[in-house]
Amino acid sequence: MKQIRPLIIALGCALALGCGKKEEAAKTEAAPGAGGAAAGAEELVKIGSVAPLTGPQASLGKDNENGAQLAFDEANAQGIMLGGKKAKFEIISEDDQADPRTGTVVAQKLVDSKVKGVIGHLNSGTTIPASKIYADNNIPQISPSATAIPYTAQGYKTAFRVMTNDEQQGAVLGNYAATALGAKKIAIIDDRSAYGQGLADQVATAAKAAGADVVAREYTSDKATDFTAILTSIKSKKPDLIFFGGMFPQGAPMVKQMKGLGLKAKFLGGDGVQTADFLSIAGTDGEGVIASSPGVPVSSMPGGQDFVTKYTAKYGEIQLYAPYAYDAAWAMINAMKAANSSDPAVYMPELAKVNFTGVTGQISFDAKGDVQGGAVTMYQVKDGKWQVLETVKK
Amino acid sequence: MDIFLQQVINGLVLGSVYALVALGYTMVYGILELINFAHGEITMVGAMVSLAVVSALAGSGVDMPGVMIVLTGVLTAIPVCMGLGYSIERVAYRPLRHAPRLAPLITAIGISIVLQNAAMLIWGRQYIPFPPVLQITRYDIGGATITNLQIAIIVLSACAMIGLVFLVNKTRLGRAMRATAQSPQVAGLMGVNINSIISATFVIGSGLAAIAGVMVSAYYGLAHYYMGFMLGLKAFSAAVLGGIGNLTGAMLGGLLLGVIESLGAGYIGDLTGGFLGSHYQDVFAFFVLILVLVFRPSGLLGERVVDRA
Amino acid sequence: MRAAIEKFLTLAKKDRRVAWAAFAAVAILLAVLPMLVDMGLGRSWVRVLNFTLIYIMLALGLNIVVGFAGLLDLGYVAFYAVGAYVYALLSSPHFGLHLPFWFVLPFGALLAAFFGVLLGAPTLRLRGDYLAIVTLGFGEIIRIFLNNLNAPFNLTNGPQGINLIDPIRIGGVNLNQTTTLAGIEFQGGYLLYYLFLALTIAVIFVCMRLQDSRLGRAWVAIREDEVAAAAMGINTRNVKLLAFAMGASFGGLSGGLFAGFQGFVSPESFHLLESIMILCMVVLGGMGNIAGVILGAVLLTVLPEALRYIGEFERAVFGQIIVDPSDLRLLLFGMALVIMMLFRPMGMLPSTRRAREFEADDAVLDQERASVYDSQR
Repeated sequence: MKQIRPLIIALGCALALGCGKKEEAAKTEAAPGAGGAAAGAEELVKIGSVAPLTGPQASLGKDNENGAQLAFDEANAQGIMLGGKKAKFEIISEDDQADPRTGTVVAQKLVDSKVKGVIGHLNSGTTIPASKIYADNNIPQISPSATAIPYTAQGYKTAFRVMTNDEQQGAVLGNYAATALGAKKIAIIDDRSAYGQGLADQVATAAKAAGADVVAREYTSDKATDFTAILTSIKSKKPDLIFFGGMFPQGAPMVKQMKGLGLKAKFLGGDGVQTADFLSIAGTDGEGVIASSPGVPVSSMPGGQDFVTKYTAKYGEIQLYAPYAYDAAWAMINAMKAANSSDPAVYMPELAKVNFTGVTGQISFDAKGDVQGGAVTMYQVKDGKWQVLETVKK
Repeated sequence: MDIFLQQVINGLVLGSVYALVALGYTMVYGILELINFAHGEITMVGAMVSLAVVSALAGSGVDMPGVMIVLTGVLTAIPVCMGLGYSIERVAYRPLRHAPRLAPLITAIGISIVLQNAAMLIWGRQYIPFPPVLQITRYDIGGATITNLQIAIIVLSACAMIGLVFLVNKTRLGRAMRATAQSPQVAGLMGVNINSIISATFVIGSGLAAIAGVMVSAYYGLAHYYMGFMLGLKAFSAAVLGGIGNLTGAMLGGLLLGVIESLGAGYIGDLTGGFLGSHYQDVFAFFVLILVLVFRPSGLLGERVVDRA
Repeated sequence: MRAAIEKFLTLAKKDRRVAWAAFAAVAILLAVLPMLVDMGLGRSWVRVLNFTLIYIMLALGLNIVVGFAGLLDLGYVAFYAVGAYVYALLSSPHFGLHLPFWFVLPFGALLAAFFGVLLGAPTLRLRGDYLAIVTLGFGEIIRIFLNNLNAPFNLTNGPQGINLIDPIRIGGVNLNQTTTLAGIEFQGGYLLYYLFLALTIAVIFVCMRLQDSRLGRAWVAIREDEVAAAAMGINTRNVKLLAFAMGASFGGLSGGLFAGFQGFVSPESFHLLESIMILCMVVLGGMGNIAGVILGAVLLTVLPEALRYIGEFERAVFGQIIVDPSDLRLLLFGMALVIMMLFRPMGMLPSTRRAREFEADDAVLDQERASVYDSQR
């Protein structure tokens, strides 16, 4: 105890200093903008990036940030001119801890730091309350991953997303299960998160409409790892197909446990399952699993392969939504280019009109701010890799 | 009937893991009357360390049977966790031994936040897959299935528990532990070194947590720096269900909680005529827990504790 | 520090003018605090300020149960959730009801109090850590129900949460928006701050009066020795239930304010971790001491936000970012929790009664320790 005391005191001092520093920090923040203008050549454009960087979804959050970072690094390298000045994009990254309250606090913090736009948040639960703050302050927000329908249905003209919503993806998935995969009896599991429940409900509706029977509806949580109990009761209903609305940390062990129980039904998942980590965790038990992902395959897009190479070289394997964050960032950059300004009031109308080829498909927004088209690509695990089955256009 | 049998098997596997972690809670509680909230995080560290070793060995192409690789992982994780448990007690609990009862609870929560975030710094934010070094075989018994890994989990935790019971009831160290649990002052007067006994308790509990951590990551196929929280919570509930401070109680509580969860998820729909589904699995488990505590306020096997402020 | 405060107090007792001047200074400071914070630190800190007030109310409510009555409650967030959902259901497009906040807030507090009794009744016999696990279970059960009651009848809208909740309005003025009153422009959040502040002061006042009341003394008696308290003629059942109910009503009140402030509630906001954080505020600040609990709430709400500047701190000290700030923030928060508790095991501002007991205890224990514990410590 005696020896570590100086260390503790040193840490305490560091903390106190850190708290004291914040006022100065707030002051210096205004300075670079002024300095840049004086030089006449560069304009600092701050962009907010928000996602959970701690807690269970931290890996996905960091992935989003990296995707956006890559896009803005490219833009900086290209030397985009806005209003006669060279734009220098800088990401201000915040951790919303996937908590709605923290989400609104960091949203306000980004507004305070005078960001020109926001890429985020990751979860619907933080995106929705934060969107009100961005709307009140007229700052455009593009979510790379929030799927809940209400987000763009609130009537805010600042709210956009490059991800299909639950309804778009759920309809395709439900229909695909009943027709292309020929499932007559479907069991549906969801993780009781806003994402999982929203998607699973839409799949159930669409599957029933396409003539399939939902024979079992089971539930788990987004923190669970043991699914043997619900899988056992599903087994007794003898379904041809199990749909899981949720993420890969649950999906992969679920597939393993299905094998352990000798459950031979097909396994279908949404975009939360279609990840590289799913493959490594599920291993050989993952063979044959089918999952969807909004948009068209990244590899089929011009520049898609290039994106994957660059991203993996810099940040390692893509987790999940990095391509969408990358597209969201480029949507913002393109709108600024078209408006020749980084002023939100000036470039926002251009953002609504944006139409370009991203790495996840053609990106343009409808009147609500949802991504247009809503193509969904189906993938299947073959030889330990996600292989494209087909792209379904709604 | 085969479904029922299957659900019981599912529950027993889950329960064995709970029981193993619950033992750590109950041992510490028995001696210090302290809820060691950081115990779940020790399990996580055990899983992470063993996984790092197993991945390194599996990746290096060493010609070792899968079981040996996992065993090496376990044998590395145990001393690491033991050291961790020892240090936590020294740094966060010992200075507060005479502080108000809730003070160590706060340091425990602080330590568990620190461990989570330190693990995030070391091993990254990703979910880490467990390499497929173990060959899984399925066996049929009476229409239900069980895998060799599940059998191994049940057998291993049973062995660990029997070993612990032997240690506590038959050895000198165990006698000192029991004496300390009854009355630290008197035990001290009888020549027991209280501090080293308390350290030993933490070390043993952490060793069991390491084993549990390896089991969980091998069985579910992944590990993540946040995995300790839920596991710790469940295990703590199991320890309370059995009567916290009581070793047999922790094992019984763990197994029971596993079976209750499993049967709850499987049958709650039928029991309530479809009104409640498996999303009320935890409600069911907590409801049983509350019911038990209402009728037996000190858990199933707990002794009536003297009133404390 | 303590000597300075005591000196000031004696001075204030002698001269009423000193007391009034100090009172006026605090009042003016509190009145202009949002403007100061807004100018000095940014608008997000006004938001943090408002949340701090909410957490002060929550911590004071929990303090009644844990600090005064000595009942360890790990599911306190359930009452916060009840208050928030009552506001959300009765004042949003979900059911198309738009009841005014002066009805919804007290109703939420009342319903939370009812839930408090509901929790208290079956757990009267439980002590210490057994009570902790039952309350923890209760908190989780409430959250699970909120998360799942979108079927068969859509009561809570499930995990999707309830959106577009009406902001708090007084006399047609939306407190969440920038408004001009009597020629002064009040930024969004300022007016809400004054409402929260008024309610917080009311809660503090109630707590202070309760502490010295007959009921408050009964709680302390139960905390110290339930059997002896019963022998002295205290109806332990009613007194315990009252502690649960009153603590819960403050939780319900704060929940309503949270819903009106956020405009969106979902079950994610009411996790177990939230309960644990509120408990940390109470214990870290100083259980049973109102000033301590307030300090604890302020510390634990402000600290995680202040630690967001760690990146700028790194840049200022080392000239560059060495470790990703998001990797460090919660790590430092956890360390701060441990360190604060190690240096002040009684809490930042311990309650005098508890401190006295502790010190007395300690003297006796010290004697024992001399013989019992070896000299390693």
